[in-house]
Amino acid sequence: MSQPNPEIPMLNVQIDGTWHQFPKGTRVIEACRQAGKFIPHYCYHPRLSSPGNCRMCMVEMGMPRMTPDRKPVLGQDGRPEIAWMPRAQISCAQDVAEGMGVRTDSPMVRECRTGVMEFLLINHPLDCPICDQAGECRLQEFSVEFGRGGSRFLDEKVKKPKNVTLGPRVKLDDERCILCSRCIRFMKEVAKDDVLGFVDRGSFSTLTCHPDRMLDSNYSLNTVDLCPVGALTSSDFRFKMRVWFLKETRSICTGCATGCNTVIGSREHKLYRQTPRENDAVNQSWMCDAGRLDFQGIDSLARLAAPRMTVDGDRTTADWTEAIAAASEKLRGVAAGQLALIASARMTNEELFLASKLVRSLGVASEHVDVLPRTGEADGILLSADRNPNTRGALLAGIASSVPGSNLPAIAEGIRSGRIKGLLVLRENPADCGIPETDLAKLEAFVAVEMLDFSPLKHAHVVLPSAAFAEKRGSMVNGKGRLQRLNRAVNPPGLARDDWEILRDLLAAVDPATPAFPQIEDVFHDMAATIPAFAGLSLGKIGDAGLALNQP
Amino acid sequence: MDIWIYAIVSLVKTLTIIFVVVLPMVSYTVYAERRVSAFIQDRVGPNRVGIPLTLFGFKEDVKFHGLFQPFADALKLLLKEDFTPAHVNKFYYWLAPALAMIPSLLVLAVIPFGSTLDLDFLVTPVAKMLGFDFGLGPIPMVIADVDIGVLFIFAITSLGVYGITLAGWSSNSKYPFLGGIRSCSQMISYELAMGLSVVPVFLVVGTLNLSQIVEFQCANGWLVLPVWFHGLDWKQVALWVPLLISFVVFLIASFAETNRLPFDLPEAETELVGGYHTEYSSMKFALFFLGEYSAMIAASSVIVTLFLGGWHFPGIPDGSAGWFWGLANVVTFFAKVACVLFFFIWIRWTLPRFRYDQLMKIGWIYLFEIALVNILLTAGLLVAFS
Amino acid sequence: MPHIIPRPKLTFAEKMYLPAILGGLVITLRHFLRSLFGQTRITLQYPEQKWDENLPAHYRGAPTLVKDEWDRERCVACQLCEFICPPRAITITPGELPADSRWAKVEKYPEQFEIDMTRCIYCGMCEEVCPEQAIFLRKDYAITGLSRAEMVYDKKKLYEIGGVMDGLVNKWNDLK
Repeated sequence: MSQPNPEIPMLNVQIDGTWHQFPKGTRVIEACRQAGKFIPHYCYHPRLSSPGNCRMCMVEMGMPRMTPDRKPVLGQDGRPEIAWMPRAQISCAQDVAEGMGVRTDSPMVRECRTGVMEFLLINHPLDCPICDQAGECRLQEFSVEFGRGGSRFLDEKVKKPKNVTLGPRVKLDDERCILCSRCIRFMKEVAKDDVLGFVDRGSFSTLTCHPDRMLDSNYSLNTVDLCPVGALTSSDFRFKMRVWFLKETRSICTGCATGCNTVIGSREHKLYRQTPRENDAVNQSWMCDAGRLDFQGIDSLARLAAPRMTVDGDRTTADWTEAIAAASEKLRGVAAGQLALIASARMTNEELFLASKLVRSLGVASEHVDVLPRTGEADGILLSADRNPNTRGALLAGIASSVPGSNLPAIAEGIRSGRIKGLLVLRENPADCGIPETDLAKLEAFVAVEMLDFSPLKHAHVVLPSAAFAEKRGSMVNGKGRLQRLNRAVNPPGLARDDWEILRDLLAAVDPATPAFPQIEDVFHDMAATIPAFAGLSLGKIGDAGLALNQP
Repeated sequence: MDIWIYAIVSLVKTLTIIFVVVLPMVSYTVYAERRVSAFIQDRVGPNRVGIPLTLFGFKEDVKFHGLFQPFADALKLLLKEDFTPAHVNKFYYWLAPALAMIPSLLVLAVIPFGSTLDLDFLVTPVAKMLGFDFGLGPIPMVIADVDIGVLFIFAITSLGVYGITLAGWSSNSKYPFLGGIRSCSQMISYELAMGLSVVPVFLVVGTLNLSQIVEFQCANGWLVLPVWFHGLDWKQVALWVPLLISFVVFLIASFAETNRLPFDLPEAETELVGGYHTEYSSMKFALFFLGEYSAMIAASSVIVTLFLGGWHFPGIPDGSAGWFWGLANVVTFFAKVACVLFFFIWIRWTLPRFRYDQLMKIGWIYLFEIALVNILLTAGLLVAFS
Repeated sequence: MPHIIPRPKLTFAEKMYLPAILGGLVITLRHFLRSLFGQTRITLQYPEQKWDENLPAHYRGAPTLVKDEWDRERCVACQLCEFICPPRAITITPGELPADSRWAKVEKYPEQFEIDMTRCIYCGMCEEVCPEQAIFLRKDYAITGLSRAEMVYDKKKLYEIGGVMDGLVNKWNDLK
């Protein structure tokens, strides 16, 4: 909990018989949460407005009993005596007040919750076996905790549209909807794209999209996360895997420089979904659809699964020892001044640091080293203009030039003119860097560390298969200078390895004097000793929420 | 020439007894153990193994109530991997199974398993064809008719403990070790009671020679059952009491000596996995198994010889009446042994195992004292009668 | 408060054990003789004698999938059986029913449904957990195969053994 702001007065509130202090303006439901009393709720979300329409968060409230001269009556303990209101109130739309009393678990409150649950389930289709929300469904959870065992409802249930395509990435089942309006408020308040709304009345109320529009915002999948029931489901994740099988790995999105915190859901080394992880300093509770679905390429058929070498014009797969030795031999066979290295700002700090060591060991001239910049339009919500997740890390490691990408034309020109004879490409497509395939064919040494097999790689003498973002550990620095951690959720395919291990072995082959780095923690340790921005840090100290670097 | 004939006859007797009688008897005791235990527990037991005629194209196998089971077992044990763990003391580990098996076979050397057998009607014609002219005369049906037969038996059976103790110690593993220790102290404890319990027999019979003990019983009735002797008088009835006590103590002690239930603590599965033979496999394990059962046969033979009249059965004359009766004596002897073996098995599937302290208490506080007092009683009676 | 049970006072005969031992011997001998003369007949000689027609209705044999009277596969791939299965014998790949399917309303179906019969322990948890009454343990017990792959039963085989089960709750029909 944050330090109390001295300018906001603290109010005394009694929750279930115990007195607590909360700053003025705290909602009752939030105050109860802070006091360790969970109040069930559907429509309330701390980052959205409170319409108070689900009625699940009912509590008993009361205010101090007043004497005729407007003084609170004090009880034996010197605290105000509370006059309880005869009816339960919703706690999500009410701020705390001085002397307020709250009962979160009285018989009346429990009865209210049971009643609300019964009403919510009147028209619910009870199709949990085919519902993707099953397992993380608030309706299921609260039914178990507060609901009745059976239904007393004898009439026919209201039929509503099912399997409605709301947008390219979201499907809607109106029968399951409990009309909490979280999705509507999210689209209006956070995504600033007010396309959702209710039509019709009473039990026929239905969630729909604006007739001329689709739910096609880049933030539409957040409504799926927000939906407390299975009404909104992701077309991508739909029917793929039950959520209780998913292993959750805390990581970050590598789609842009924002570095949204994520939870990766995987089962048996296959990725199924990415969901945002709450972090006030980065992405609150949201993330964009593009970043969320960014993991799809990991299962691509074009993944490289074994090291590959070209020997006398024949391409053969090799084992790692051979491949590393061949790569090192190729690179050392070219004079230092004729070597170039293109790295990627999608690599982790550790990889970039090892790459910078490689640059020094091979003696590559600094004007022959750079990363490929990627830019787009910032949307003002989360998506950053810099689409590389770790440009700052590349700058700190000294791999990127001060204006990232400014050395690339010179490198391309050097290769074309034959001035540069050796090229090491880390995790980038040379074609994107302005080097045509015809020029690549002229190289005497072309070594690539890559995850996907694309056309220019057929000219490479050695290709070393590496790992995707969900298959490796490491750290990145986001656009705001926050150091965050990636974690491994699944194993790389076949013989492919973590990039930092490939670079470490290559470095050791090129320069036998390099210290051994048995673990990635050792790389970070060395990096913290070399790069001032990381001084005193370790991979463990970063934590799940990341930490802001001192340097701008 | 005579010494050679004697040696050859002895060799033939030994080989016949071991390979024709004892080893098949051991395997069929195992089979009987399984069948009897199954019947006692309302099961069926091994009833499948017969002649696998289907292998040769016939419609059905011949089953014979599973009588071929021992062959299958033997084949299995021979073909199993003979595994020697790395942590054992190799020399003693290999020695122990042999030591477990051999003593119980040696005991059989002094047991008179028949009266005499006159095979001259066969031997003389054969010898004549070969150009010799001799007859063997009546052959005594005992391998070594030594005068200290009973002492020999006790000397040899006490060697049996080495097999088990060495197996437990050389296995270098906790359960075998505990089994070996248990076996060691159990056998030493019960040997005392066992040795003392037969002293009344010698007092009554007046010799240690087993053949003469049997002959005494032929003349005066079996020691535990003196009903068919000539002229029952009160002295004999009075002597019957100590001999019966002797028999019971000897019987209980021989259960303990052979590690049979209710005294099978050296291999109590619930506590010690397999006991002293936990680390053994294949034929080495089989030797322990055979050793246990041949010890049972040896113990039964001694019981039969000392108390149950040996080869004698009322109405069957001894071997001097013809080769047929000589053979009948041998059959009688082994039939009696088989009955005692059944009793061994029957007891096993009736009684639960003793606790170790109970075992020791029975051995040292009851059986030992009873056997001692019994000697005094017998001696007193004999002095009073003389 | 401890409840103390005093040791029973034994008579001399009881302390001798012998009467009890003799009593035990009589009991075991009686069983032995009854078995020997064929008066006790409990064990079935299995491959020759079978008890199939006497198997109780709740017998737990091979787990199978069943269809209903309208030839609809009852399983909707909720994967609860896969989750509950103690030896993890069940593997399901869920899929979406095409919109033109007669049962499009059900939306979900198992694209693949495999039970590894070498792993199955016939506990019946899958049958118990199934919210759609789609998986039942049938009376097949002699489940054999010549390879591991052969022992992994796919959907086709499971429906072959399972067959049609009628009279079950039908919550997906239009009458609901």
